[in-house]
Amino acid sequence: MSAVIEGHHDDHHHHGPAKGISRWLFTTNHKDIGSLYLWFSFIMLFIGGAMAMVIRAELFEPGSQIVSPEFYNQMVTNHGLIMVFGVIMPAFVGFANWLVPMQIGAPDMALPRLNNLSFWILPAAFGVLIATFFMEGGAPNFGWTFYAPLSTEYAPPTVTYFIFAVHIMGASSIMGSINVITTILNMRAPGMTLMKMPLFVWTWLITAYLLIAVMPVLAGAVTMMLMDIHFGTSFFKAGGGGDPVLFQHVFWFFGHPEVYIMILPAFGIVSHIIETFSRKPIFGYESMVYAIASIALLSFVVWAHHMFTVGMPIAGELFFMYSTMLIAIPTGVKVFNWLSTMFKGSLTFETPMLFAIAFVALFTIGGLSGIMLAIAPADFQYHDTYFVVAHFHYVLVPGALFSIIAGVYYWLPKWTGYMYDEFMGKTHFWLSFVSVNLTFFPMHFVGLAGMPRRIPDYAMQFADYNMIVSVGAFLFGLSQLLFLYVVLKAIFYGKKATGQVWEGAKGLEWTLDSPPAYHTFETPPNLESGEAKA
Amino acid sequence: MSNIRKSVSKLFLATIGMFLFGFALVPLYDVFCEITGLNGKVTGPTFSEYENVGNREIKIIFTTTNNDDMPWFFDSSKSQMRVKTGEQNLLNYVFTNTTNKPMIAQAIPSVSPGKGAQYFHKTECFCFEQQFLEPGESITIPLKFVIDPDLPKDISSLALGYTLFDITKDLIQKQASN
Repeated sequence: MSAVIEGHHDDHHHHGPAKGISRWLFTTNHKDIGSLYLWFSFIMLFIGGAMAMVIRAELFEPGSQIVSPEFYNQMVTNHGLIMVFGVIMPAFVGFANWLVPMQIGAPDMALPRLNNLSFWILPAAFGVLIATFFMEGGAPNFGWTFYAPLSTEYAPPTVTYFIFAVHIMGASSIMGSINVITTILNMRAPGMTLMKMPLFVWTWLITAYLLIAVMPVLAGAVTMMLMDIHFGTSFFKAGGGGDPVLFQHVFWFFGHPEVYIMILPAFGIVSHIIETFSRKPIFGYESMVYAIASIALLSFVVWAHHMFTVGMPIAGELFFMYSTMLIAIPTGVKVFNWLSTMFKGSLTFETPMLFAIAFVALFTIGGLSGIMLAIAPADFQYHDTYFVVAHFHYVLVPGALFSIIAGVYYWLPKWTGYMYDEFMGKTHFWLSFVSVNLTFFPMHFVGLAGMPRRIPDYAMQFADYNMIVSVGAFLFGLSQLLFLYVVLKAIFYGKKATGQVWEGAKGLEWTLDSPPAYHTFETPPNLESGEAKA
Repeated sequence: MSNIRKSVSKLFLATIGMFLFGFALVPLYDVFCEITGLNGKVTGPTFSEYENVGNREIKIIFTTTNNDDMPWFFDSSKSQMRVKTGEQNLLNYVFTNTTNKPMIAQAIPSVSPGKGAQYFHKTECFCFEQQFLEPGESITIPLKFVIDPDLPKDISSLALGYTLFDITKDLIQKQASN
């Protein structure tokens, strides 16, 4: 009897997914791991979002009412850490897992087991980070940038867990990047040269290189902190001959490329959506590739614009000011290319397209306030005010996050095989669009008027705008619950989607069924016969 | 498959390389600051005699600060001096351990404006030594310095600030981890 069963199992070579929880724990399938990353990011979005709600509730009125200033600092710190390392980055890795193999015609990622490991250590890292809330001394409270000596000499004892968590997140990102680069360089379908790759694949190739270049530097920075705290070294301790300003240099050497890590894949996603719903190939494909590459290269020589006020010589201020402004050129090229793609296109405005257009418009606002901040003499006024908060939230929320939402709407029918509810999707868009501006636009005004960031209380003259900001933030938070509802409704009650899904969609993933088989492109597609091109 | 192995080992080496580069930033940063005189970092005691003692008069301001909750009494004998460039000058610093425990301290200097730091030569100082004092003990240490006659014309005054750090705990921790 048992022999029969064994024999039965053996001739299953192209089996489907395993059953139950072990499917997800031990999976090496790029589609499963992509889904895991995306769901993880979705859960973390609500945890980090809840922290933002606490912050905005406290700032609803001047004075100290809901949480203690100490807890407020923990909220600000962990909101930042979770949104950067737990939401935006894992979401993009999830997209990469789902899409890179399907877009280049590969059967899976190059290193499937490493892929499983790099996902599963991520919940461990955030488990450690969130566990610090329940420990003596409370969670990290020194801001997501963890400047020394705040994060060393004056840190709560839980800083060691924080360092450990950052090490694990870094290891996860590095392993993921090695996987992506190895896949793209070695497993493209025959005939797909580098300059024929879809733009999303291009953006991820460059992002992965950035990650490999800077995540180890971040690991080095937290290792130095660890040694200062526990092993008596003096990297950042002035008393022992070290220098706290050194921390800022090392951190921002990582930190600036990091902000492009969080936006380059967004450029790829938005490019695909805009060409699909304009029913035109992307305008200036090659200039797009060169623009991404030059943004990535420039990101290594601009870091000190985050620290204009530490007392740099005038030559340093000028260098970092001009090099920062230079980035506006390739970014401008991209924005003009998106506009030119839409120009005279047969536009339709489905939900992904609405989010993509909002991305272009609102990301540009964030870019322009970035240029204002790049002006070194003006930055002395803006530094550490809400203007900075407005700036980076404009590039990260209606920037990176909108692109992720747009991408989810765009590829959800492909991933799940079911269409989402278009009316609910559009409702979600308009609610998000209005509330995101209500939240972040007034921050420009209070920032220019001098309201400092990272404070639980503020002067009376900022009260009106802060109340508007808080109302916008609550509305934005609620709108994302609607997003969860739309996604779940599509999965459980959605109408069956076709393989093509969108009329204008081009690319290898649209030649597959919706949902695609568990294993796809086990024999590479023939690019010459099909119309598959970026 | 061997192509994949090649890519992975290259990328792995790049990762290790960038980790080490992070640490290399530490000495690179120090060298950079020393060359440019950034951060008011001053080099160790140097002695130089100048043939042409300049006749420019420079105002020097001395400040002493206790870091954090360092309890010692720490002050200089003068709060400011007018000195001639190229001439040797002297003043005293007093350290008193006001606690009932033996403690070790270290004073860290900084010259402002930063670009004047490289023209401020200390010929005798305590700035790179750890100072041990018994409870209630007091010590007076001289500081001798010369202002370089090449000091740029646009600098008419310099400030030398000392910050006193309590490093007792750090040293105990260092010994414990060795």
